[in-house]
Amino acid sequence: MSILVGKQTRLVVQGITGREGAFHTRQMIDYGTPLVAGVTPGKGGETAFGTVPVFDTVSNAVSATGANTSVIFVPARFAADAILEAADAGIELVVCITEGIPVMDMVQVRAYLDTTHTRLIGPNCPGLITPGEAKVGIIPGHIMSKGNVGLVSRSGTLTYEVVYALTARGIGQSTAVGIGGDPINGTSFLEVLQMFEQDPNTEQVILIGEIGGTDEQKAAHYIGSQMTKPVTGFIAGQTAPPGRRMGHAGAIISGGEGTAAEKIAALTQAGAQVARHPDEIAALVAQNLR
Amino acid sequence: MVSRGQFCSLDSLNLAPPQSPLRGGFRLNLHEYQSKRIFARYGIPVPSGEVATTPSAVRDIAVRLGGAVVVKSQVLVGGRGKAGGIKLAKTPDEAEQRADEILGMTIKGLTVKKVLVDPAANILSEIYLGAVLDRANRRVVLMASSEGGIDIEEVAAKTPEKIVKVMAHPFLGLKPHQARLLADGIHLPKELTNDFIKIAQGLYQVFVATDASLAEINPLVVTGDKKLMALDGKIAVDDNALYRHPELAEMQDPDEEDASEREAHRYGLSYIQLEGEIGCMVNGAGLAMATMDIVKLYGGDPANFLDIGGGAQSDKVAAALRIILGDSRVKAVLINIFGGITRCDEVARGVLEAIGTLEVRVPFVVRLVGTNEEEGRLILAEANLITATSLADAAQKAVAAAKGEQP
Repeated sequence: MSILVGKQTRLVVQGITGREGAFHTRQMIDYGTPLVAGVTPGKGGETAFGTVPVFDTVSNAVSATGANTSVIFVPARFAADAILEAADAGIELVVCITEGIPVMDMVQVRAYLDTTHTRLIGPNCPGLITPGEAKVGIIPGHIMSKGNVGLVSRSGTLTYEVVYALTARGIGQSTAVGIGGDPINGTSFLEVLQMFEQDPNTEQVILIGEIGGTDEQKAAHYIGSQMTKPVTGFIAGQTAPPGRRMGHAGAIISGGEGTAAEKIAALTQAGAQVARHPDEIAALVAQNLR
Repeated sequence: MVSRGQFCSLDSLNLAPPQSPLRGGFRLNLHEYQSKRIFARYGIPVPSGEVATTPSAVRDIAVRLGGAVVVKSQVLVGGRGKAGGIKLAKTPDEAEQRADEILGMTIKGLTVKKVLVDPAANILSEIYLGAVLDRANRRVVLMASSEGGIDIEEVAAKTPEKIVKVMAHPFLGLKPHQARLLADGIHLPKELTNDFIKIAQGLYQVFVATDASLAEINPLVVTGDKKLMALDGKIAVDDNALYRHPELAEMQDPDEEDASEREAHRYGLSYIQLEGEIGCMVNGAGLAMATMDIVKLYGGDPANFLDIGGGAQSDKVAAALRIILGDSRVKAVLINIFGGITRCDEVARGVLEAIGTLEVRVPFVVRLVGTNEEEGRLILAEANLITATSLADAAQKAVAAAKGEQP
């Protein structure tokens, strides 16, 4: 069944009638995602895309449709509250695409979520996709193909780049997960690696990290000590100057730490293969298949 | 929640070194005088200084304050003292002279336009007190050290046991017992503990109230009359939260921002100028970093980081190229687009628009993959640009083009 999303998913879209929300809802429906509801406060009772009922609250959507997963497209200043609303409505998996949520909002949201059973992916992420089953977020469906390589990444377009190269080589994916580029997010590399390790459909894993923080180092520790499946890594930002934030709010090297070199060393030491550039990743993965 | 005498990874704190070129772009840094005014609102004692832009105004302030004063340049860089940007003056005449020397001087590339005139303090000892986000623990951490007045990263590197820290719970805030642990850990004289607790709690409130990513008092001094006072300080604000702090957004000093980075910001582009010769235009931050890396791998040097973001329209693309070509060091431009939300035909139109309106003297290498890539390639076919299929191919062609080699 791959991880996190699949045929069992019953998706509600928060912000379904907004510009971004509507555009990507269309794509998720076209991909065949089990999409059961939308939420836009004030538009409850309407129907979107011909068949999708719209509700005023996530709670109403859950009661009426049994939604278990939500994807959030609401603007940054409302997104933290949207995450909390989904958690309070009992949603098991919340995927927040929104970029630019204030860090202090996320400090509170994460502390609150830790008291619930809700898992958050993101924010500031492209979402996740299990090929042929469910696309939750904005990862382009047409580049994916069904297979046994799991992928976890802090970056959106870099993920597409790698998936595209895999598919071009005839290597399919189990699930691709974008955990997002913010300093405080819902799910770490380590947690996704643990899920892939347990997933019978995943045979090997690609980890795409970047500068900033210590999430990759923690993942490396797990790879070295407990993971049995092969891991191929790539770290973006080898040429990033210290102290500057490279687009993603979390992509900053501080005080000489969080560097690409340090993360590459940790992964290498843990026994992962590390690609020098994105084009190499698919080639390294292909070697493991032999 | 408490770890004493333990070096907390500065990386996990997301603390940028003060000497790093953080000004402009993504994070709003407040001047010393602005930070201290905010501290005062939260009950943190600060000197009763005033800001001036002319030597004669400095003289007037010195007269009003009476006694010796310190004239402090207000520029957003570290090491102002070493650079001669902070001077003591015993009389109003001397203050005027010192101000005349400091105003207009250049410190690390920034011209001093304002000075803060504070009454000189009689300092017994100097303490460091700072609040930053600890991203690994997802909490605001309060750090204190008896080694105040110097760069905290230096303390962290050389004598980490001299830094004490406590984590504030997001729902509870910083509690008195936690602040007391800090006071105890830095061996603060016991008669100052209660004042210190108020200051530490005040600093945490400042952090929350301003949506800071860093709020620090350095040094917090013990004065000759045994009082605590915040002699210097700074606040960096999370720019994602500026929408709810219009009064802070107004404090942004346009002089402190690089002109091209400011223009990029206006178009919603993430742009950071570097020193190389290959201009890069990419969609997505991770892909933009990876593109810079691969340029370097093949022997080139990136001139910039530039992420046009998702779903960029042609005008944004044209603006991005205008900014890249405004850098005279650029000898070739590499455009790497993986179309998802971003449509390759929109990008291609933007490239054409830029080429049509700007004087382009350098070669362009273009790689378009993904949504509407065929349409994009057709649009660019007449423009006679160098095209590439893979990222490695694009990087190699850009490096060659920058060296003047024919494709």
